[in-house]
Amino acid sequence: MSTHVLSLLVEDKPGLLTRVAGLFARRGFNIESLAVGRSEIEGLSRITVVVDVEDLPLEQVTKQLNKLINVIKIVELDPAQSVQREHLLIKVRVDNTTRSQVLEAVNLFRARVVDVSTDALVIEVTGDSGKTTALLKVLEPYGIKEIAQSGLLAIGRGGKSITERVFKN
Amino acid sequence: MSTESTAVPSPANLPHGTPELLTGAQAVVRSLELLGITDVFGLPGGAILPVYDPLLDSRKLRHILVRHEQGAGHAAEGYASSSGKLGVAIATSGPGATNLVTAIADAHMDSVPLLAITGQVFSNLMGTDAFQEADIVGITMPITKHSFLVKRADEIPAAIAAAVHIATTGRPGPVLVDITKDAQQATFPFRWPPKLDLPGYRPIMKAHGKQVSAAAQLIAEAKRPVLYVGGGIIRSRASEELLALAEATNIPVVTTLMARGAFPDSHRQNLGMPGMHGTVPAVLALQESDLLIALGARFDDRVTGKAALFAPEAKVVHVDIDPAEIGKIRTADVPIVGDAKEVLVDLLAAYREAVKQTTPDLDEWWATLEGLRSEFPLGYSQPSDGLLAPQYVIQRIGELTGPEGVYAAGVGQHQMWAAQFIKYERPNAWLNSGGAGTMGYGVPAAMGAKVAEPHRVVWAIDGDGCFQMTNQELATCTLNDIPIKVAIINNSSLGMVRQWQTLFYDGRYSNTDLNTGHDSVRVPDFVALAEAYGALGIRVTKEEEVDAAIKLALETNDRPVVIDFVVSADAMVWPMVPQGVSNSYIQYARDHSPAFSEED
Repeated sequence: MSTHVLSLLVEDKPGLLTRVAGLFARRGFNIESLAVGRSEIEGLSRITVVVDVEDLPLEQVTKQLNKLINVIKIVELDPAQSVQREHLLIKVRVDNTTRSQVLEAVNLFRARVVDVSTDALVIEVTGDSGKTTALLKVLEPYGIKEIAQSGLLAIGRGGKSITERVFKN
Repeated sequence: MSTESTAVPSPANLPHGTPELLTGAQAVVRSLELLGITDVFGLPGGAILPVYDPLLDSRKLRHILVRHEQGAGHAAEGYASSSGKLGVAIATSGPGATNLVTAIADAHMDSVPLLAITGQVFSNLMGTDAFQEADIVGITMPITKHSFLVKRADEIPAAIAAAVHIATTGRPGPVLVDITKDAQQATFPFRWPPKLDLPGYRPIMKAHGKQVSAAAQLIAEAKRPVLYVGGGIIRSRASEELLALAEATNIPVVTTLMARGAFPDSHRQNLGMPGMHGTVPAVLALQESDLLIALGARFDDRVTGKAALFAPEAKVVHVDIDPAEIGKIRTADVPIVGDAKEVLVDLLAAYREAVKQTTPDLDEWWATLEGLRSEFPLGYSQPSDGLLAPQYVIQRIGELTGPEGVYAAGVGQHQMWAAQFIKYERPNAWLNSGGAGTMGYGVPAAMGAKVAEPHRVVWAIDGDGCFQMTNQELATCTLNDIPIKVAIINNSSLGMVRQWQTLFYDGRYSNTDLNTGHDSVRVPDFVALAEAYGALGIRVTKEEEVDAAIKLALETNDRPVVIDFVVSADAMVWPMVPQGVSNSYIQYARDHSPAFSEED
């Protein structure tokens, strides 16, 4: 299997997410991660989907997604030609002896502490999956109490935008 | 399908610029009228009651009250499939809407333009498990081309106009409009035409010129080409263009179950239907081919058999209006996205260019195919029990009615025999549930077809099992002067399942006996049932009674006719390719395979 990142420009309509997610389930494709938010145009949202499929079924997924009336444009983002980030909040157990070690790791990874209590820290980190996985590995021995993770976000490098290309003609 | 604009001029009943105040319910009726719709099938209930009030006053819309919402759905399908027009079904919320689900799924599989309008509970009650509440938009998401949930009256005209546009253009399909009761009751200024805002919907009609030339080149060079014709030719009204291409190229034609009639059966180049119960020449032509020209066909498993072993030496030109069909099952060497009607015109022009360099020679190919055709013609043997042969009955119905008739089938053996033994000369004459295989499609679909094409003789060729699923629509037919003719091919069993039990389960007949035929208690008595519904009921048990009964049915037009053809239960559908194997294993009759050259 290979991982593909799809960026979907969609109309912000009720039930849209169900239509997209349902299509993946129905056609037997696994969503590895999903991020939904507004786009730069009012009424349009952007969905970033990571799917784990070979090239041929990927073409079928893309074609089926394109058939959804509310999907306007689908682009596959090549890792080399795009910026890809995920966002994590990690609650780590600390005490007086481990706190400074955890803080050191946070600094090394250019992560941030966003909440402090006597027995735990909440750490925020943004990066590609290599970085976030590495940080989690370093923090694991201290005791990870909770993780909240966003889906992957991705955007093409350079000056062109997907939306421009759609609305030019 | 056509790309005609759905915009219709507004009625000049008010001074310019002063929109009329309408309720949402009135707007539903008005929008349908302005879109040129003349017939709708439905059944009222609490959440759709407001729409039924203005419906009573409409002089442009004929509403036909069905006995079950599934009947409304299939009637709308039959209406659409026989005429090419949009079919419309209306139901209330909850169970009314869920009763439409089978018909919606059926329309989705067979690309039937269908508009389903359902009432929904008040918007402030949605999500509270209110009385007769069902999330019909959610339930039908996988089986609709698109759907709309309308909670505001002023959104109704645009939703209905967009739904009709989506259902009838591109690859046609079912579209659902679910309207809350408060939206039906609220008043708003009605404006027409509404603006269609569908930035994500742009069906491709015109194919890429380079692809068309590449296809023409392959066609000109092919030694064993086949035109593999699917239902898309019928939906795109491309029969004439197909005939022109076929005759110019002299390429053999096979018409799938969904495409029966897309190309005349009487035409020398027509090899018949391919697939599990296809003719030997059609099945083997595909299998031995070096070039498949797939036109609005989708390589269904009932056509291909084991797909990996299907037509192993063939290159593929695949023409479809739906890009997702191309490469779904079989990789296309030349994919062509476009409307079949337009593509065929372009393809013929490109072919004429291409043959300036080469002269295709199909003589050897035709010699092989003619050999198969004379050695393995479609036929049947008399049942060993001496009882009436179902194939004979169906063949006589076709012969006595002629090609101008409409034939709607249920699903099973009788459907296959009706596809094989009735000769179709024109598109839209053959209606059936091909993709979904919905038992019970026949009677309501025939009813819908008769409403759309009242001047035609419309037959439902049904089974005793299928008939018992939807026969209540006979009441609708009798009361609304829709004189359809129903031929029950009564073998007293769920025949196709029984055939598989005979062939693959050692004749262990688990739950397939229906007790409606010979040597049974005959529950129900179909003749008595027909008469209870106000139809003419006739029973036929012998071959010599067949013609007279059919003639009486053809002469009777003041009420529906039901003929109970009590036939042998042992008749089977042949030829047959067993499920899940290569089409090379086609059997002409039981344990009788053509001597097909496996080694080359």
